[in-house]
Amino acid sequence: MIRVNGEFRQRARLDKNFNAGQCFNCGTCTALCPVGMAILPRQLFRYVLLGAEEKIVEYSDSIYSCLLCRMCEENCPEGVLIAENIRALRRYLVEDVYHI
Amino acid sequence: MAISREHILALLAQNLENRGSVMPVRQKLLTRWADGLGLPKGGKTILYTGHMYQIMPFIRAMAAKNKKMDGSWLEKYAGFATVVNRIVNIVNLLSMGASSDDIQFYNDILRNIVTILGRHGIKPGYLYEDELYAGALAYDLGLDSVFERHARAVHDLLRRCGAELIITVDPHTTQMFRLVYPEVLDNFDIKVKSYLEVLAGSEREIKGEEPERSIVVHDSCVYSRYLDMVDEPRRLLAGKGFKIVEPLFSGRLTHCCGGPVESLFPEKAREIAEKRLESLPEGTKDVATMCPICLFNLKEAAEERVHTADIASYLL
Repeated sequence: MIRVNGEFRQRARLDKNFNAGQCFNCGTCTALCPVGMAILPRQLFRYVLLGAEEKIVEYSDSIYSCLLCRMCEENCPEGVLIAENIRALRRYLVEDVYHI
Repeated sequence: MAISREHILALLAQNLENRGSVMPVRQKLLTRWADGLGLPKGGKTILYTGHMYQIMPFIRAMAAKNKKMDGSWLEKYAGFATVVNRIVNIVNLLSMGASSDDIQFYNDILRNIVTILGRHGIKPGYLYEDELYAGALAYDLGLDSVFERHARAVHDLLRRCGAELIITVDPHTTQMFRLVYPEVLDNFDIKVKSYLEVLAGSEREIKGEEPERSIVVHDSCVYSRYLDMVDEPRRLLAGKGFKIVEPLFSGRLTHCCGGPVESLFPEKAREIAEKRLESLPEGTKDVATMCPICLFNLKEAAEERVHTADIASYLL
């Protein structure tokens, strides 16, 4: 069961540049990722949009294994700012989960 | 038991906050490369190293220790280090044993850059011991609060020394100054150019005698996809007489070297570097990189299979 939190995005301050809502789930990012992330960027972003906060923490290894290399972004047909979205999730983990 | 990622991040944040760098090695070792070059201190045009080339030998020394310990060096020490690090500079201890050959190797790249710029009539100043790390790793890891405080300190420093043009030597520092600082700071209006852009825009052409010597160009992700800098290195290498060979992934579609995850996932970094090496054209002998992290990672993975060197070494 996934617990959702409708206020997660607001609370995590993901509104400014977080444009994962534009993702239409085509999988180009997944096909090109040099890391082969354990969870695909598009799945991760779905969890964020749903407000599945626990999943974000559960997949923090994947969030931190992203190279921010933008290979995915360069080819994204919807112009999703994938690297910046990942970085925003790191900021959320640092501030709201690890309290650094 | 492995130490959690939050301890690793806390250690890096602590270093940036208290020692001005995520990788605070001794100041003397950061400025030694400039000995004898006669670079003036400060000035309107300054060469900004951001410490990136200088810290590579120390990262290598730590990586070697880590290899023996089967896991990330940071993971092994972080929990302990965040407490002790307040008093003792743990990074200094861990990076002891950096080889003098490595230090010389990376320092020579910076010296080469100054020599090449000099041939084009460009003689920048340097901030020596005042220079600060630009903060790229902290920004990338999402340590935004400490990064922003640090960026303000760097900006104050640049304002105090009256810098009008910063000439950078690596893609990560260039990205920080050109894209990130203007976003997070008020009134950051200092011009920023990579030395490769300065050279490519120079009226004096780089000319050379390297007839028919082929060279494979490994683009930096940051130069190509963040900063849209693809043509400049190629123009400079071609001017020097090299025959440029493009790997399977090049230019805006370049393949990452894996370096960005070295601090948290060293095994993964090596795996990605291997994949990059496998994608190089068959028979590749010489590879040109333009980022100290790419150089470090590909060199470590390639060992003696191919000759990997910084572009400045080829342009000299």
